[in-house]
Amino acid sequence: MIVSRRRPDPTGFPRLLFLVNAAVPALLLAWDTLNNRLGSNPQEYLIRTTGMLTLILLVVTLSISPLVKISGQPAIMKVRRLAGLGTFFYGSLHALSYAWFDKDLNLPLIVTDLLRRPFIFLGMFAFVLLLPLAATSTKAMVSRLGGRRWKMLHRAIYASAIAGAIHYYLLVRADKQLPLAFGAAILLLLLWRGRAWSRRIGAV
Amino acid sequence: MLIRKPDDIPSSEITDEKLYLNRRNFIRGGVLVGTAAATTLLYRRLAVPAGSSAPPSSEVTTRLTSELGETATSYEDITTYNNFYEFSTSKDGVASRSSNFVTRPWTIEVTGMVNRPRTFDLDELLRRGVEERVYRFRCVEAWSMVIPWLGVPLGRLLDEVEPLGSASFVAFQTLLDPARMPNQRTAVLDWPYVEGLRLDEARHPLTLLSTGLYGRQLLPQNGAPVRLVVPWKYGFKSIKSIVRIELTDRQPRTTWSDYAPDEYGFYSNVNPEVAHPRWSQSRERRIGEWGMRDTRPFNGYADQVASLYQGMDLRRYY
Repeated sequence: MIVSRRRPDPTGFPRLLFLVNAAVPALLLAWDTLNNRLGSNPQEYLIRTTGMLTLILLVVTLSISPLVKISGQPAIMKVRRLAGLGTFFYGSLHALSYAWFDKDLNLPLIVTDLLRRPFIFLGMFAFVLLLPLAATSTKAMVSRLGGRRWKMLHRAIYASAIAGAIHYYLLVRADKQLPLAFGAAILLLLLWRGRAWSRRIGAV
Repeated sequence: MLIRKPDDIPSSEITDEKLYLNRRNFIRGGVLVGTAAATTLLYRRLAVPAGSSAPPSSEVTTRLTSELGETATSYEDITTYNNFYEFSTSKDGVASRSSNFVTRPWTIEVTGMVNRPRTFDLDELLRRGVEERVYRFRCVEAWSMVIPWLGVPLGRLLDEVEPLGSASFVAFQTLLDPARMPNQRTAVLDWPYVEGLRLDEARHPLTLLSTGLYGRQLLPQNGAPVRLVVPWKYGFKSIKSIVRIELTDRQPRTTWSDYAPDEYGFYSNVNPEVAHPRWSQSRERRIGEWGMRDTRPFNGYADQVASLYQGMDLRRYY
């Protein structure tokens, strides 16, 4: 006898789990802001924390494919889009808080900063690269672009990650441990892909 | 391997679907709550705001509206938002990691090109009395404070040791003791921290050897028990926890310009026109204020100190 069992969406839970956990820092940050618990230099704290969260989400996003391959759990792939959108979300907060708190949303000031300071330029470059990726994240956009072109476009995240890592390295005054750790993680994740690609090409 | 035929399992033993789904939902709910709690804890551990979120205590802060016509920064902010790499490279870690720093007994050796080299005991120095000076303090990282320091003008100490006519610079050195300053075990900077001034800068009446702030003794995070304060220069020139002062005829090496000579010069006078290579110095965030302020040449002390640098190209001697 065939048991017809209407299963609740089997992919929904990993997404929900990811969404809730990715939202936790944003909620706590909002809570701390409302309660005036951001320390002596709240503006700097908001800029720095949203930047760190962007990098963390970026590393998580880049880890999804390797994790799927290594663990053999395709369900993990279900959260990749959310991870990318999370990166974009925190990246937007980061860019906005910089433009607002550091530059008073003053466009000429921001442009001068972009032209004069390589780390600002790289950060903005990394963020702008994420814009088309976020815009084409829907299923409709994937089919409109076609899987191949969509994939090509979304490789821009690799450039964004490299720019983001250098951006962080350049802005730290002395203690470079953390920027180097992020850089190493991103490099490792990119090298892993390079190895996978070269194997595939070798196999052809 | 034992594979039971379906008819081995009486239908009465099959878990009811509703129960099965309920149990799954229950577990999932637990996983959601559990991971969210873990993420919360992790975030709280990693993202610690630097400095104080507490409202300023009326006890020490309201007493003082600054003689500068600018409000003094709260005692809470001054004592919790600190750069002191000997203890930690993160501002939020300095106060806690330095709280057990023992500052007695403490002596300052003054030596080099002087007629009467001597070692000052700190308590003896304090007994002569200290005066209050309310100064702006501008960090090279583009934040600033207004701080009511207590201390003695450095020039008075220098007069006592009688610098030789050939002396033209003063070199300062922080304590080197990794057991008491734990971050000296790392190689973030080349320890001990050293700084230097031209002799005329050191003798300028604004230059202070500070032992306290807000009418109290300095706390370790602020450079206890004795530190330099040079209000027209970036904060890192105001070296902390000084144990040695040497007069010399050569420009002394200084820690930050050793570390990155193109970013931190020997002079490091506050100058909105000369950007740090990686960020602008034209504006600053005064701790406790929302918007940014314009940074002033020599941190607002130009009328008192600009003459020290007459004829010098301040872009070259940054």
